[in-house]
Amino acid sequence: MRSHEISSSQIADVVNRHHRLPDRLLQILIELQEPSGWLPPATLTALADALGVSRAHVEGVAGFYSFLHTEPVGRYRLLFSDNIIEHQLGSRELMAALCSKLWVEPHKPSEDGLVSVSTTSCIGMGDQGPAMLANGRPVLRLSHQRINQIAELVRQQVPVSEWPEAFFHVDNNIHRRDAMLQLDLAPGAALQAALALGRAEWMRQMQLSNLRGRGGAGFTTAVKWMACADAPGADKVVVCNADEGEPGTFKDRVLLTTLADAVFEGMTLAAWAVGARQGLLYLRGEYRYLRPTLEAVLARRRSAGLLGRQILGKAGFDFDIEIHLGAGAYVCGEETALLESLEGKRGTPRIRPPFPVTRGYLGRPTVVNNVETLAKTCLIALEGGAAFAATGTAQSTGTKLLSISGDCARPGIYEYPFGVAIERVLEDCGASDTQAVQVGGAAGIMLASYEFHRRIAFEDVPTAGAFMVFDSSRDLFEVARNFVAFFAHESCGFCTPCRVGTSLLLKAMNKLADGHGAKTDLADIEWIDRLLKNASHCGLGSAAPNPVMDTLLKFRPAYERRLRSLDFAPAFNLDDALAAARRASGRDDAAAHFSADHAPR
Amino acid sequence: MSTAARTRVRLATTSLAGCFGCHMSFLDIDEHLFELVELVEFDRSPLTNIKHCSPCDIGLIEGGVCNAENVHVLREFRAQCKTLVAIGACAINGGLPAQRNHIPLEACLREVYQSRAGLGASGVPNDPELPLLLDKVRPIHEVVRVDYSIPGCPPSGEAIWKFLSDLIAGRTPRLSHPMLHFD
Repeated sequence: MRSHEISSSQIADVVNRHHRLPDRLLQILIELQEPSGWLPPATLTALADALGVSRAHVEGVAGFYSFLHTEPVGRYRLLFSDNIIEHQLGSRELMAALCSKLWVEPHKPSEDGLVSVSTTSCIGMGDQGPAMLANGRPVLRLSHQRINQIAELVRQQVPVSEWPEAFFHVDNNIHRRDAMLQLDLAPGAALQAALALGRAEWMRQMQLSNLRGRGGAGFTTAVKWMACADAPGADKVVVCNADEGEPGTFKDRVLLTTLADAVFEGMTLAAWAVGARQGLLYLRGEYRYLRPTLEAVLARRRSAGLLGRQILGKAGFDFDIEIHLGAGAYVCGEETALLESLEGKRGTPRIRPPFPVTRGYLGRPTVVNNVETLAKTCLIALEGGAAFAATGTAQSTGTKLLSISGDCARPGIYEYPFGVAIERVLEDCGASDTQAVQVGGAAGIMLASYEFHRRIAFEDVPTAGAFMVFDSSRDLFEVARNFVAFFAHESCGFCTPCRVGTSLLLKAMNKLADGHGAKTDLADIEWIDRLLKNASHCGLGSAAPNPVMDTLLKFRPAYERRLRSLDFAPAFNLDDALAAARRASGRDDAAAHFSADHAPR
Repeated sequence: MSTAARTRVRLATTSLAGCFGCHMSFLDIDEHLFELVELVEFDRSPLTNIKHCSPCDIGLIEGGVCNAENVHVLREFRAQCKTLVAIGACAINGGLPAQRNHIPLEACLREVYQSRAGLGASGVPNDPELPLLLDKVRPIHEVVRVDYSIPGCPPSGEAIWKFLSDLIAGRTPRLSHPMLHFD
């Protein structure tokens, strides 16, 4: 039986390793949870004392992140990835099958504390799902056979580390390579080139490249770097945002797997440009399995003189990189929430301005860039800015990695020059009979077939990389409902429009799904959409209605066919609401029922 | 009937699962009542004792929906009133009566009619004259479509008057701070 206690010496150990810094709270909590799977109240209290912060602060942080538990969980924590793509691959049936085999209820630990089965937001494995996290490790290509094996392994209490390796094998599924994925980087080559150019010329090459952020927003990287370089303060920071949480996106996972050197080299190139000494890579908790390899790459780069003091012999160029883990919070992909999380706090987005380039990590000037953006800077260092700008479109230079999943023959990673048409992508990935494509993830845009001539580019269809394909057998109302449930779950709860609005929207969608919908609900949905869009504190809330707005506009019949009434209908059956009183009073007369002819108006 | 009388707005009011506090607040508009009777004709209301609603322009509903009769009355109002207004915390959120919602109805009835000392074993009343209770107390917008709501427990007479005078004059009703409050 596992102990429910974490000893005070264990706590002191971890806290000391993190130099007793309160801004390491999240990392400390993740480590402390490791042995028993949850954080007992006494641990939180002891931790608050050790760090000199309030108990409420510690609990507030522990309570914020999905992968931190303040109540006991099963020794085996099996979390099914809950994106719509996995639903369509049968994840819900598999989860029900696993629950019945293990005699557990979903979302509740078994009474013996052995196992809990639940769901989690997309884990970035859409091309090889259905997938789950087993004690944090991704298990892929789930089938009924694999589910039976898992049930048996859990019953036999075989540790997850001893499960068959094939369960955990992650494929890269790269189907189309262009400049980025063809890059065979000799570690240090790009850095050498940029150092040879000198700092000013390197920045000029970045400007020439017109590289724009690959995280979705498309801000010009050179402008960001210059603003940070010019910001007062000598202690600048470079942050790599590897919190790839947008449902349907997994290209950063592949970059970190196949081109980790390029990502770290990109961070170092950014540090060279802005004069930063500290680098942080924020790795989403779902990708934690990548950490040992990434740490090994960092160690190799340190010993090769590519990190640390006097990089490549350049006096005064000191820079090193540390990996921070996330713990299951989509909102932390928003750069200011990510900074809060790096500082060990709840991932509540900050009000901008000030922007991170002037006041970022711990108030210091900070560059926050996406994994793909940073990797791309290696190409610019090697080939020059003009060569980089020669591909793509005038406003969207270079290439883009797309994470393709859903109804197509060959899901996986495809790299295209910007400007590629949706129909070309669909053809290449073997999609036929396509009804709609969701580009940019849940927060992105849903395109109907009459828009497939449109192009992937910041000036037409911008994207962080998700490309989910739905053929004509799919119900797009259910797609939108899944995304709404995702946003309601991931809302950080800080602002009322988003916290309440996403829940109201989900309630309205569920009402329609349950067959109680009425025309007035569509009006309510549109009203909530506007409210979310206009009143939310950050991009999560304002993007949350996107899937509903798009599907209502382009696939309205998918909603209308669910309506029960053209005016108003309650979300529940009124006659059923009298059943308890009928039972208690023993009545069954006419007045004890609502007659059917008294239809609501 | 004079022309003025014929163009008067017809107004109905009722209290469902409420305490009549909102109606008391309505009476608190004091001397505005004289202006109001120039502008409106009262239909079904505790003020007129008319038992059923005829076609009206405005219906004011106080209280949430706790039993079958509330449902019938509310549906009648919705069917007869062009504009239906939820007035007060109970109509909007269920309010105080909704505090029973976390107790199963049967347990609630047992506690009141069977377990309580001094009641004997009379059992849960089963007279067909009595409306059956719903399993949960509902805000009125969960049972019918509602056009406007005036928050407050109760809303002040001033807020009610501002709202009604706006509505009658054809302006979209707008309660600004400090008239807009939820307590």
